[in-house]
Amino acid sequence: MQTLTVSRTLELSKNMPNAWFRLRRRIWNHGMLAIMYFTALMVTLLLAGLIGFICFRGVPFLTLELLTSASSYLQGTIGILPNLLNTLYIIGIALGFALPIGVGAAVYLTEYAEHPRIISVIELAAETLAGIPSIIFGLVGMLLFTQLMGLKQGVLAGGLTLVMLILPILLRTIQESLREVPNAYREGALALGAGKWNTIRTVVLPSAKEGIICGCVLAIGRVVGESAALLFTAGFGLKLNDFFTALESSSATLTVALYIYASEQGEIDVAFAIAVVLLVVTLALNIAVMLLGKLSGRKA
Amino acid sequence: MQMLFFLCGMLTVAFVVCITMYLVIKGIPAVLTIGPAEFLLGIHWQPVDNEPEFGILPFILTSIYGTAGAVLCGVPIGLITAVFLAKSAPPRLALIIRSAVQLLAGIPSVVYGLTGMIVLVPWIRNIFSLPSGATLLAAIVVLTIMILPSIISVAESSLKAVPKEYEEGSLALGATELESYWRVTVPAAKQGILTAIVLGVGRAVGEAMAILMVAGNVANLPNLFSPVRFLTTALAAEMSYAAVGSLHREALFSIGLVLFLFIVMLNVLLRLSAVIEED
Repeated sequence: MQTLTVSRTLELSKNMPNAWFRLRRRIWNHGMLAIMYFTALMVTLLLAGLIGFICFRGVPFLTLELLTSASSYLQGTIGILPNLLNTLYIIGIALGFALPIGVGAAVYLTEYAEHPRIISVIELAAETLAGIPSIIFGLVGMLLFTQLMGLKQGVLAGGLTLVMLILPILLRTIQESLREVPNAYREGALALGAGKWNTIRTVVLPSAKEGIICGCVLAIGRVVGESAALLFTAGFGLKLNDFFTALESSSATLTVALYIYASEQGEIDVAFAIAVVLLVVTLALNIAVMLLGKLSGRKA
Repeated sequence: MQMLFFLCGMLTVAFVVCITMYLVIKGIPAVLTIGPAEFLLGIHWQPVDNEPEFGILPFILTSIYGTAGAVLCGVPIGLITAVFLAKSAPPRLALIIRSAVQLLAGIPSVVYGLTGMIVLVPWIRNIFSLPSGATLLAAIVVLTIMILPSIISVAESSLKAVPKEYEEGSLALGATELESYWRVTVPAAKQGILTAIVLGVGRAVGEAMAILMVAGNVANLPNLFSPVRFLTTALAAEMSYAAVGSLHREALFSIGLVLFLFIVMLNVLLRLSAVIEED
């Protein structure tokens, strides 16, 4: 394959004296560079435009009252506090279950697993899980948690559904950071008489701390942005609930609330205000990932 | 302790098995009741009529057309940006664009849907003087933007993984830098770029909320300028009102199964192509 390309380049250079060919080549080179700059510029402008427009439409409606109250039909006011809380509840539940599983699975893959076949089966499963559309998770979550296990729609069913969704992200990031822990650390601990589990607990996991936190941040980002998987599991409820009531009562997260306000209630301004909140969160999480990357990079 | 970790790993496998089994068990009965041919090739979807019809061909075709459209627009843009970022861009500019792309990847799909609904849909209505701008075209534009980040980042890292010697060889033979990038590095990174495309296809096929808000949600056969409904949006829009135990609900599970099979087929194709490449 490569020899073919190289021989073609050779062929091109043989034809160099041909003036027409030289011109065409110049045009191609300059044109291509222009196209590349133009495309990259467009992609960046697209993001700038998107953020600018959302802020322009949303920021004027992002009042303290909106953020700190619940919607009330009687007073005709709208507030997104319940949705903010529901999002936090679901992050807590999803991470609470998925983090131990993810750490456990990653530790198994990097520290214990010996059969290549088992490793490849687990990795294939994680990869498959990562490729499944979120609406399918919503469907299966509804069947599994609300119908089979008899939970009511709420943040518990929603959070459990998202466990399946964020597990591959956690597994991959944590596995990578565990792999980066130098073997000398493990050998040092073993030489001091620590057992396998002791080594992992006191040496390996603490050195992979940044990677684990980074995985959590990525997972939180996924949970915050998720909507399709939550429609039939966490539900559409806009009422303000405490954590234990919310577990089994219909609770919309920020994203689902955005959908409800935009598509079903025609409250476009509120929807844009929620979009601003979501953008800020996304930006903050992105920066967090970048800082964490720098932090672990400096250490290595 | 080892057992516990092993169980954690196996839980991942259990999730996949569980999802597959559930979809198959719940999805097959309705297909059999309706008739596989009628279900997959029927063009009328009227689940709540007196004489209900359950043909999902419009959804299947819409999903295929929408994805194909998004990939046709998104892959060239994504690939050009990836080559730019990996090779030509000044480091500082590359850093800015790369952060922009990462941020684009993190924006929730409902935000894309909302912006599409408020900006794109009216534009399309005015430009093409249509009764409504919520069309397949709007969905394709939104999907294109949504698949860009994954295409760019995966293609970029595969371009960076190509050994420098390949380019140097080409440069030594008198090719310019750009010629080397496009005619040597890009072909050499073929497999990675294919992965990027498949990832984009997967994301486009599976996207639900953003296109639910811009595609108009009518079960038409796909046409660029008419409102359409995708496999995913059919699920998202109807699941909440399909009566429990009804054939309608069962048929929605079958749509989920069809969608799942699409994704599985895609991954199998990617694996096959990787195996062929290795041989």
